[in-house]
Amino acid sequence: MTEREIMDRVTARLGSRVLATYEFRGQCAVTIRPADLRELLAWLRDDPDTNLEWLIDVGGVDYLGYAPGGHDDDDREWRFEVAYQLYSMSKNHRFRVKVAVKETECEVPSIWDMWGMANWMEREVWDLFGIKFAGHPNLRRIMCHDDFQGHALRKDYPINKRQKLTVPAENLLCEKVEWA
Amino acid sequence: MSDQTQVNAIPTDLLTLNIGPSHPATHGTLRIQVQLDGETIVNSGCEIGYLHRGYEKQCETVFYQIVIPYAERLNYMGPVHNSNAWCHACELLLGIEIPARAQALRVITSEMGRIIDHCVCIGTNLVDIGALTNFWYMYNYREKIYDLYEELCGARMMVNYPRIGGVSLDAPDGWLEKVKRTIDEMAEAVGDVQKLVERNRIFMDRTIGVGAISRELALSHGVTGPCLRAAGVAHDLRKAQPYWGYEKYKFEIPTAEHGDTYDRTIVRFQEMYESCKIIHQAIDSIPGGPVMVSDHLVALPAKDKVYNTMEGLINHFKLIMHGIQPPPGEIYSATEGGNGEIGFYIVSDGGPKPWRVRIRPPCFANYSVFPKVIQGQMVADAIAALGSINIIAGELDR
Repeated sequence: MTEREIMDRVTARLGSRVLATYEFRGQCAVTIRPADLRELLAWLRDDPDTNLEWLIDVGGVDYLGYAPGGHDDDDREWRFEVAYQLYSMSKNHRFRVKVAVKETECEVPSIWDMWGMANWMEREVWDLFGIKFAGHPNLRRIMCHDDFQGHALRKDYPINKRQKLTVPAENLLCEKVEWA
Repeated sequence: MSDQTQVNAIPTDLLTLNIGPSHPATHGTLRIQVQLDGETIVNSGCEIGYLHRGYEKQCETVFYQIVIPYAERLNYMGPVHNSNAWCHACELLLGIEIPARAQALRVITSEMGRIIDHCVCIGTNLVDIGALTNFWYMYNYREKIYDLYEELCGARMMVNYPRIGGVSLDAPDGWLEKVKRTIDEMAEAVGDVQKLVERNRIFMDRTIGVGAISRELALSHGVTGPCLRAAGVAHDLRKAQPYWGYEKYKFEIPTAEHGDTYDRTIVRFQEMYESCKIIHQAIDSIPGGPVMVSDHLVALPAKDKVYNTMEGLINHFKLIMHGIQPPPGEIYSATEGGNGEIGFYIVSDGGPKPWRVRIRPPCFANYSVFPKVIQGQMVADAIAALGSINIIAGELDR
């Protein structure tokens, strides 16, 4: 299937629950609400036609001040998006599902139980964007240290900002190990 | 009380051991915590982030073409592939196709990168297991490939060779022949190393059944590259979704069955031969023509135009000062790096700087299975398994 066909199937299934569709250079994506995420991903994975059984990547995007082409006409009512890149090895096609995350809510259901890899990926999105994943068993920072203030990949976090450690460095050694 | 009951009555605790983040056997700032019962790992957990340097944030603040040398610092073992992959992603975003000669040169340099990546992985992994000789064989040919890079573009390790829209320089006279000769010699040396380890009793005892990644675990955790193929999944993006004309070249996807350290090592050996095959075919069929697109919004003008014409000078100035400006949009581009799928998810707002660059590093996914596969094994086995998964801290932590 082409990505366009997958997108059409998703919009036919979800109807008005699809907030936005997107097509660029042959790649397609849909934007949905967090509440529909688990249902849609499970359906895309289990449906024999799409069979997108492989989660490749989870990444956040901050659209604060996004002005495509220099014009301030971006109609997003949400600040963040979390993009899930899916791939089907048997069908050899890809698809992208994006979740719209409002700044006031900042929460997405976790899919760590559907794909093992989502565990670390979601921790990274939490660490760098401050988006919570409901149901995640161990939502701790993964890249920055536990004493870090703020979320580094947000657009309002200045790139040259420095932070002084307020606790002795030896106290930062993580004792809350996540045993596999 | 018998002796045995006395022994059993001694209270025992699990010993918590911290390996890394600075430890010679981890080859990078990785931290593994294990709980040991005797020498057996009962529990294990990994902490990452010790090499986090805000890479993705930095990419948002510079022009697209300035990310090229950054991309090479992700995986410093086979750097050329990453910069090639970054340029490929930008070209997808721009909607341009690079000339056939540039594609072939990218294939050649990328496959050379894959070979040295595997050289380092196998060489250092064998050192960890106690076999030093192979390391010298492998590093010897790594140096020779560095020499080839140096002749091509002046730099050895971080070569900064590709450009958005092609490659920076055409191959010098006789270089392609030299690549073929070096690759042939190297295949012989790799064969020698393989003979030293493949049926070696000590090596087999140390690696068979050690750190096995099952097919299900690999798929659930998004493991790609040699680790996935060693688990029996014949998946390779060069075959599945070809780019740079990979569909023209004949090569096999080596696979193994058990996904353990032994299988991963053997798969890497075989991949090196396949890379040699690809390089030979790419050189034999390399077309003539330019190595850069002619689009003046992407490619710098020729130097004589810059020095002698006003238009050329302005064009050069505009590209350097205002950058390449792709249209607003977003793409995800995936290529097959030495360790698996390296993906770039770029969101553009139409300006010269990317709005967001998300890097999908193969090591991040590959490493997330590591704490699971070493459970129930010995500490020394964990070190052997770690080396064969080939974790590059630079792209793990970004």
